[in-house]
Order: sequence, then C-alpha cells, then structure tokens
Amino acid sequence: MHFLTQELIQLDAKVNNAKEAIEQAGKLLLDQQLINESYIQAMIDSYEQNGPYFVLAPHIALPHARPEDGAKQAAVSMLQLKKPVPFGHPNNDPVSLVFALAAGSNNEHILVLKKLSTLLGNEEIRYKFMTAKNYEDLQSVIEGD
Amino acid sequence: MKILAVCGLGQGTSLILRMNIEEVLNEAGVDAEVEHVDVSAASGVEADYILTSNELAQSLQGHQAKILVVNNYFDIEEIKRVLSQNRVI
Repeated sequence: MHFLTQELIQLDAKVNNAKEAIEQAGKLLLDQQLINESYIQAMIDSYEQNGPYFVLAPHIALPHARPEDGAKQAAVSMLQLKKPVPFGHPNNDPVSLVFALAAGSNNEHILVLKKLSTLLGNEEIRYKFMTAKNYEDLQSVIEGD
Repeated sequence: MKILAVCGLGQGTSLILRMNIEEVLNEAGVDAEVEHVDVSAASGVEADYILTSNELAQSLQGHQAKILVVNNYFDIEEIKRVLSQNRVI
C-alpha cells in the first residue's frame, strides 16, 4: 500500500483547470510506477463522462478509475493547489485538494479508503492538508495511526 | 432494509460512502444491508433507499428507491442527519 508518502504529495501546485489537476495528481502515481499511463486518461474520461461527482466534500476531489484501467497497486497521491480550480460541482467547488486514488482490485484498497476517510472526516486535518507548506507539516498526521 | 451507495464507477467514492453509512447505522443500532454500485448498475438493483450525490441523483430518477442526497461523503454528521430526517434511523 502506498498512502500519501512524501513522493506522492505535491504542495502548492499550479494548474489551470480540473483536467490538469487530475493529470498532475495522476502523474505522482505514475512516477512511482503505481499505475500505467492509461489510468490517467481513464480518470479524465470518467470525469468527462460522469461529471464531477467525485468532488465528494467541499474543496476535495478524489479522481479515480477502475482497477482494470491500469492500477497496479492500491495507492493515494495528493495535490494541493496553489489556486483552487472549479470542477463544475454545484456545491463543493472550487477544488483545492486532489487525491488521486489507484484502486487495486483486492481488499487493500478498502484499507486505503478507510485511512483516507478517517483523515478527511476530521475538519482540523482537512485544514492542515489545505494549508501545509511542507511534507513535515503533514507527516505526523499521515503516519498518525 | 436495503440501502445503496451510488457513484459513477462503483469503486472508490461509493465505497467511502458505504463505509460511513454503515458506521452511522451501527451506531444507531439499525440493521440494514448496504451495497455500493455504479450509477448504471443501480437501476437494476432493488433497494429501499439510495444515497448519492446531487448530480447522480438526477440520473437515478425513476428508481423505485427513495433517493437521498449527500453533499459531503466524509461527513458522518451529515449522513446521520439525512438518514434521521428520512426516518431510516
């Protein structure tokens, strides 16, 4: 399981739109060889076909595709945006945090989602993710349990 | 009672919603079956309630289940509120 390790977090990222945000968050997974390149395109295709339903909390997007679209392992990356961008969600726009999820087909990805859900269910931690200036600001929170 | 958590792909997002629904139901001591599915499969699954986002709720119109909208999938309090307002818990 690869969950928000230092290499999988990019802070203060500059993107112009939702598509670029998904691409960059996906690239963090690609660089660690946790997905195939096809997975990034699948996340974008899903956004274009199904809309921004994956903006599942105010300012937080969780793009993902299907395991068979090229996910190699269960993993989560995070992109903190310098300037929030709209994804087209009626209530939760604009997005300032993008967590790209590589959903493996096994139970490991349930574990990853549980961890993420526990973290993001906490308002104080959400705020920390949005305001962190360096990895050290987040390390204790992520490694907390 | 059967509840569906619905998202676009039936992989990540709906699974998070399902876990949080189950947490709320357990806490309330309500026994229900919770499943997570993608929006296209949902139409073929019978259920009493569907929880989903505002956006997908529109494409689920016509389903025999009562459709309830959740805005923040991580917010246990919101899920609790939605379920209790609709007398699920």
